[in-house]
Amino acid sequence: MADLQKLHDAILNGNFKIARDVTQQALDEGADPAVLVHDTMIPAMNEVGRRYEANEYFVPELLIAARAMKASLELIRPLLAARGAEPVARVVIGTVQGDLHDIGKNLVAAMLEGAGFEVVDLGVDVPPEKFAAAVQEKNASMVALSALLTTTMYSMKAVIEKLNSSGLRGKVKVIIGGAPVTQKYADEIGADGYSNNANAAVALARKLLAA
Amino acid sequence: MHPTLQSLLARGPVITDGAWGTQMQSLGLPPGVHPDLWNLLHPDRVHEIAARYVAAGSRVILTNTFRSNRIALSSHGAEKTVQLNTTGVSISKQAAGGKAAVFASIGPSGKMLISGDVSEEELSAAFGEQARALAAAGADALLIETMTDLDEALIALRAAKPTGIPVIVSMVFDSGREKDRTMMGSTPEHVAAALADAGADAIGANCGFGIEDTLPVCARLKKATHLPVWVKPNAGLPAMIDGKIVYSTTPEEFALRAQMLREAGADFIGGCCGTTPDFVRALVASLRTAP
Repeated sequence: MADLQKLHDAILNGNFKIARDVTQQALDEGADPAVLVHDTMIPAMNEVGRRYEANEYFVPELLIAARAMKASLELIRPLLAARGAEPVARVVIGTVQGDLHDIGKNLVAAMLEGAGFEVVDLGVDVPPEKFAAAVQEKNASMVALSALLTTTMYSMKAVIEKLNSSGLRGKVKVIIGGAPVTQKYADEIGADGYSNNANAAVALARKLLAA
Repeated sequence: MHPTLQSLLARGPVITDGAWGTQMQSLGLPPGVHPDLWNLLHPDRVHEIAARYVAAGSRVILTNTFRSNRIALSSHGAEKTVQLNTTGVSISKQAAGGKAAVFASIGPSGKMLISGDVSEEELSAAFGEQARALAAAGADALLIETMTDLDEALIALRAAKPTGIPVIVSMVFDSGREKDRTMMGSTPEHVAAALADAGADAIGANCGFGIEDTLPVCARLKKATHLPVWVKPNAGLPAMIDGKIVYSTTPEEFALRAQMLREAGADFIGGCCGTTPDFVRALVASLRTAP
């Protein structure tokens, strides 16, 4: 029998090889993929989040845990898709126009993927039109915007305006983050939420999408 | 202590400079343009900023080379790496005119080691190339700054040491509940020990949330090492007022708290994001009259 505690701990400790192997073993033995995700993997990621909030984990631990989670999910996703199950939600993410910084954006993308979201990563220096087109094409329910510079955070507003003028704003939630960004700025430009770290971004996304 | 730093610090704490990016914006740098490219496109404007700080009383000024490593320049023309660094140093030296020392700025690569976006070898080669170009152009010291990952900072330090000029390493402490960790979770004590061990000539903290949060970090760095401590806090956090970015701390408030930084053991004091030549003037006035 596959040892599910081992899978839980492998995600918690960021060991992607063990996570993948135990997942494969469990699936080979006929485990229900959805039950694996909900009863073992998501609780492990929740514990990762708790440890981060408690200052026991920092970015490196978050990253390797998300990578282990992703390794397991890669085995599980095709099985869920074959059943016709949709991912938790689809999120379009990118660093806004004029800004080339991707560390924060990549962290949030990794954590969202780890939490079971399907992430469409548009990269850096992304113009507003490209966000709008991706939302439409991928039928996304959330847009996540990153900016590191005070000079580029203005581009976030342009994305929201573009979503408005394309008639897409009503179907997506917009969350923003990055060094100069604050809750106040989020309120001012009409974003739905702001987070100052990758872990809280996942909780925010879940809350906004009730996922 | 390295003789260059020793002679600078002989008469007590040294006032360094303030932010460059916001100054460049005020001179017309458009969003999305790599600021270091101005060393070639608008050397007169870069000179103007350096000169403003010298006139304000900075005894150490930096160079407009923060992002001039081959990795950060990759989408802007990595072939210009050496030229951008060389020009950056000459502009600052010319503006300093012997009145201020020129510490050349080396910023992060913008890539993460732990996620495999960049290798140790690539980082070492890029920082080594930049450090050699800056030293050859006549920089008085090298400042490895705004580092969020101690491993990357150590690679840069080891690559810069062979130049023989002093190497200062300054990290960002903005993570964890107490805002006293680097993004990767390192404490000031851990950072101080590792950097001292690897041969840093001074260590420090810059950027972050503001001068209040820098105070305890500064005191802990001082306690953890015998090396001089370099600090450059932000002018608080930026807020959007009437569509304009405004930083929350005024030059006077900043200068007042700088006295506490000095008591906490800061040897080099300046400002990061949101600070201006007015902040330097206020610092000079405040630290001169301090007991």
